[in-house]
Amino acid sequence: MESKIFAPLKMEISNVDLFYGKFQALKSVNMAVQQNIITALIGPSGCGKSTLLRALNRMNDLIPGVKITGKILLDQTDIYKSGMAVTELRTRVGMVFQRPNPFPLSIYDNVAYGLRVAGITGKKELNEIVEKSLVGAWLWDQVKDKLNRSALDLPLDQQQRLCVARLLTIQPEVILMDEPCSSLDPIATMKIEELMIELKKNYTIVIVTHNMQQASRVSDYTGYMLLGEMIEFNDTKTLFTRPSKQLTEDYISGKYG
Amino acid sequence: MRIHPRYTQRGAVVILGGATLLTLVILIFIIVFILEKGLPVLGWNFLTSNPEDMGRSGGIFPTLIGTIILPLIAIIIATPLGVFTSVYLSEYTKETRATKIIRFGTDCLAGIPSIIFGLFGYIFFVITLGMGWSLLAGGLTLAVMILPTIIRTSEEAIRAVPKSYREVSFSLGASSWQTVKKVILPNALPGIVTGVMLSIGRSIGETAAVIFTAGSSLRIPTSLLDSARTMSVHFYILAREGISAENAYGTAAALIIAVLLVNLSAYWLMNRFISKRS
Repeated sequence: MESKIFAPLKMEISNVDLFYGKFQALKSVNMAVQQNIITALIGPSGCGKSTLLRALNRMNDLIPGVKITGKILLDQTDIYKSGMAVTELRTRVGMVFQRPNPFPLSIYDNVAYGLRVAGITGKKELNEIVEKSLVGAWLWDQVKDKLNRSALDLPLDQQQRLCVARLLTIQPEVILMDEPCSSLDPIATMKIEELMIELKKNYTIVIVTHNMQQASRVSDYTGYMLLGEMIEFNDTKTLFTRPSKQLTEDYISGKYG
Repeated sequence: MRIHPRYTQRGAVVILGGATLLTLVILIFIIVFILEKGLPVLGWNFLTSNPEDMGRSGGIFPTLIGTIILPLIAIIIATPLGVFTSVYLSEYTKETRATKIIRFGTDCLAGIPSIIFGLFGYIFFVITLGMGWSLLAGGLTLAVMILPTIIRTSEEAIRAVPKSYREVSFSLGASSWQTVKKVILPNALPGIVTGVMLSIGRSIGETAAVIFTAGSSLRIPTSLLDSARTMSVHFYILAREGISAENAYGTAAALIIAVLLVNLSAYWLMNRFISKRS
C-alpha cells in the first residue's frame, strides 16, 4: 500500500440507498472523498455512478420521485438533514456537466452568472473575479478580446473550460465532474485532464468517467461501481494493478462493460 | 400489390403540396374578397368620423376605440395571470394528479365556445357584480376567455427551455425564482409573446363574448364603465340587421388590416428580441 494517500476527509458517504420510484439505483454505497484529491467513479452505463455524483450536491432533488436514505457528510455535516440550505450547498459542491452547457449569453455574462446570483453587482469586483476564473480555467488568453461575444460560438473544449471558469467564480470546495470529456476530442480531453490536476491543488474533485484510462491518468482514488453497488474502492494504482475483486478485474481488463 | 416508393413519393408530394396550396388559396381568396369590397369605403375619413344613422353612413371611429381598449384590458389582466400560473405549474409543482387536472381543465376551457364565456360574463360581471354593459365587463370576459391559451402556450414555451439551463443555474447556487427570472423567462419569451399575440388577435375578432358584456353602444366611451362597440360587433350588426353591406365590408377590411398589423408587429418585435440576444 505504498501509494496510499492520507488527506483529511472532505465528504463521507455511508450506507446510501437511492430509489427512482421503485427502481433502486444505489445500494448501500460507502465512499470517502479526501480533500485536494481526485476521486474517480468508473463502471458500465447505468451502474449508478452519475446518480451517486448527483447525490453529492443534491442535484437529484430536481427529479420527481427520488428517495434517498443513508448519510452524506460534507465537513461532518449531513447534507440531507432537514433545514439544509440546498442553494448554499450547491455553491460549496459545484458541478461540471457532461455536455458543455453555457447559457445563450455572452462569455462574460456566462462566467458572471453565479456571482450575480449571489448578489455581487460591483463592476470592478465582477471584472476581477471573471478574469481570475478564466485564467484559472486556462481560457483567459483565448477569450479576453471577445468577452461580449456569444459563448455558443466557442469551440466545444473552450465551452467546457468556460463552464469550469463559471464554476470557479463561486469558489466551490468540491468540484463534481460528470463525464466532462465525453464530447471532446483527445487533445481537448488532455487539456481538461491537465486542468484537473492543476485544480486539485485548491479543490477537491470527484469525476465520473466512462474512460478507464482517464481514471488511471488523473485520479488518486477510484471507485468501481456495478448495478448500483460500490464493488471496490481503493487508491487508483492498487485498483488498476491489483484489484481485490474478480468483478473489478474483469471490468478493467475489458471482459465486459 | 406493392407500389414502388418512387410513385408513393410522388403521390405524397402532390397531396402535401396540394393541401398547402389549397390552404393558401383559400386564405388569399378571403383576404382579397374582403379587401376588394371594403377598401373603396375604407379611408382616413371612414376611420376617424362618427357613424351616422346607426352606421348606415359615416365612419367607425368609436368602434376603433372599443377595438383597441377591450383587447388591451384583456391582455393587461390575462398576461401576468397566465404567465405566472404557467411558471408556477411548470417550475414550482411536481407532476401530480392535481397538476394534471389543472392542465386538463385549462385545455377544456380553451375549447369552450366564446358565446359561453359571453353568457358567463353577462351573468357574473354585468349582472352580479353590477358592472353593466361596459368596457370593464367586456375586457374581463375576454381575459377569462384567453387565459387558457396564454397559460398553455406559455407552459409549452417554458417546457421548451433546455433542462440543462435549469441544472446549471441550480448548480451555481441560484434559487428557483432566480432561475425563472434570469434563465427561463428570457429564453421562453418568444413563445410567450406568440401566445399573447394570438390572444390579441382572438380578442380583436371576438364578437359573441363582447356583444353580451360590452354591449353595442355607438357613443365614444369616456370611462371603463361605459358600453362600447368593437369593429367585429359593428360588422356583425351592420350585416345582420341589413343596415349597410358597404360599410360592413369597410369595417371588415379595417378589422383584417388591424389583425395583420398586430401579427406583423409581433414578428418584428420577436425578431428584434432574438437578434439582440444572440
